Amino acid sequence: MKILTGNDLKSGAVIWWTGRDWSIHVEDAVDVGDKADEIMGREEAARRVNVPYAIDAELDADGKVRPAHIKDRVRALGPTVRPDLTLKPAEPEALNWVI
Amino acid sequence: MYKYDQYDQAMVDARVEEFRDQTRRRLEGTLAEEHFRPLRLQNGLYLQLHAYMLRVAVPYGTLNSAQMHALGDIADKYDRGYGHFTTRQNIQYNWIKLEDAPDILADLAKVEMHAIQTSGNCIRNISSDHYAGAAADELIDPRPYAELLRQWSSFHPEFLALPRKFKIAVIASETDRAAMRLHDIGIRMVKNDAGEIGCAFYVGGGMGRTPMIGPLIRDFVPLDQLITYSEACLRVYNRYGRRDNKYKARIKILVHELGADEYARQVEEEFALLLDQGIEPPLAELERIKAYFADPDFKSGLTEELDRSDPDFALWVDRNTHAHKVPGYVSATISLKPTGGIPGDASADQIRLMAALTREYSFDECRVTHAQNIVLPHVEIGRLHELWSKLEEAGLGTPNLDQIDDIIACPGLDYCSLANARSIPVAQKISERFAANGKAGELGQLKLKISGCINACGHHHAGHIGILGVDRKGKENYQLLLGGCEAEDTSLGKITGPGFDEDGIVDAVEKATDVYLSNREDGERFLDTYRRIGMDPFKEALYG
Ligand code: SF4
Repeated sequence: MKILTGNDLKSGAVIWWTGRDWSIHVEDAVDVGDKADEIMGREEAARRVNVPYAIDAELDADGKVRPAHIKDRVRALGPTVRPDLTLKPAEPEALNWVI
Repeated sequence: MYKYDQYDQAMVDARVEEFRDQTRRRLEGTLAEEHFRPLRLQNGLYLQLHAYMLRVAVPYGTLNSAQMHALGDIADKYDRGYGHFTTRQNIQYNWIKLEDAPDILADLAKVEMHAIQTSGNCIRNISSDHYAGAAADELIDPRPYAELLRQWSSFHPEFLALPRKFKIAVIASETDRAAMRLHDIGIRMVKNDAGEIGCAFYVGGGMGRTPMIGPLIRDFVPLDQLITYSEACLRVYNRYGRRDNKYKARIKILVHELGADEYARQVEEEFALLLDQGIEPPLAELERIKAYFADPDFKSGLTEELDRSDPDFALWVDRNTHAHKVPGYVSATISLKPTGGIPGDASADQIRLMAALTREYSFDECRVTHAQNIVLPHVEIGRLHELWSKLEEAGLGTPNLDQIDDIIACPGLDYCSLANARSIPVAQKISERFAANGKAGELGQLKLKISGCINACGHHHAGHIGILGVDRKGKENYQLLLGGCEAEDTSLGKITGPGFDEDGIVDAVEKATDVYLSNREDGERFLDTYRRIGMDPFKEALYG
């Protein structure tokens, strides 16, 4: 599947396209099929996202979206060396999902 | 240290307001990202993996306590309570909001700091010896000349759009503590046969994709021609550097392709023209700058005696202090490499504590080192124990300068958008491994450096042991290099062979150190043994 990501213009936070809006949680990302360029053009023009791009992803065993490349998984969770600063500070096992 | 005059301050203040306006227009949508991006980069603001990242310039690594304190406050107020000291003697913040960036620059300007020349194809922040002005072995203090170069290079209209970024280092001792020959221009202050002081110019060094050791281009440039000669070096590069190919655009490629002799000849031609034009700043300006770097009020007759009864303290003194030019003083290094820690990271509280210690123990001056540590350059030997006790209490007393766990590591894939692999976890695992197996102390000087991609911000080519993270079919993989050195006996590391996974690279490092331990002769460092016995025994141990 293809999903869209980018950064929030003001905060720089990593965000994912949910089909209607942008979320900081990769679990909310949806498959955009062949609509990536259209959505990115529209959303970037409206400044709802900065520097968007499309990436490959798959559904993991639990049916959750998992970006194909480790770089986007690090973006999705946060720095692996600072679990306290990730989106899931209380779940150390979340790091296994990244690696 | 240098103090802004009204021109410096006005320039930096104006820059803040200019960026405030640019940011406002970006947020309002009248400035598109493609136009805003170069503007934010010119103010040190990158977009990294998790947020915007702000890189703040620390000219030649020198800070006073007010500046250091402000860096701690910024970490708390605008970031997530920490900062990362870099191999360019700068500091980076990883969680910056665009809307806050102008305010941060304004806060920096209040303490005579900025983020100019920390990005883009300009002359970057000048680096220098972190013991400058203090080291027993230096000819003169190189920082007034580094400052002169900073003033010449800041906003120099001719060099704002060079083919690529450009890094200059200035040192003034035989011992190289600034990786001088791995810079685009490395300048070493020297004395000629007539007893005059001048500059030896090494041009075309660098790390990155195509590492090169800068060849000597001229062995003596009189001090009053420093800027003119530098300008000539830059002009030839600006004219002929490869703008067609980003990977061939650094000056090292030009010097290599032309040959050092031909490059030097062209520089001489340009130099002769420029000498006629009289572009060298007036001597009075250099004297004005020099006055700011006058020695602090050192005491005389201080004790050199040290109570070594506490072995932990004695070890820290032996490893983390450096000989000072004035009897009774030393330069003390605060290691930012605790066992299992993140190299170069310091919390806001630690930064403010270091600021306070700077004021209390080191004549209001500290330095950021390219090895991602902090130096208090002028500490009384008689007060070292007091200082060390305070550092210990704050987790800053690790006695490991230049040891295997004093690892340089770039941010890597945990933070950097260009990375192929994570650097920090590898550094942490190696540091923990050697703390657990007890071998760290046995190894003596062993400089280990890790980069998360070929850009080599972690100086892996120059590590006695270097590690380069690569992407192998979507998986992190690590190449091992041996035999690099950034000091006066500069050399580039060689790859041992096929790479390793994250755990494998930690084992590989341990195996390499075992080869050293079983082969070393009296007084040999890891690097010396490697140079004597060559790569084969290491390969045998790693892959045999
Ligand atoms: S070496 Fe590569 S991964 Fe490391 S900080 Fe530099 S660009 Fe990023």
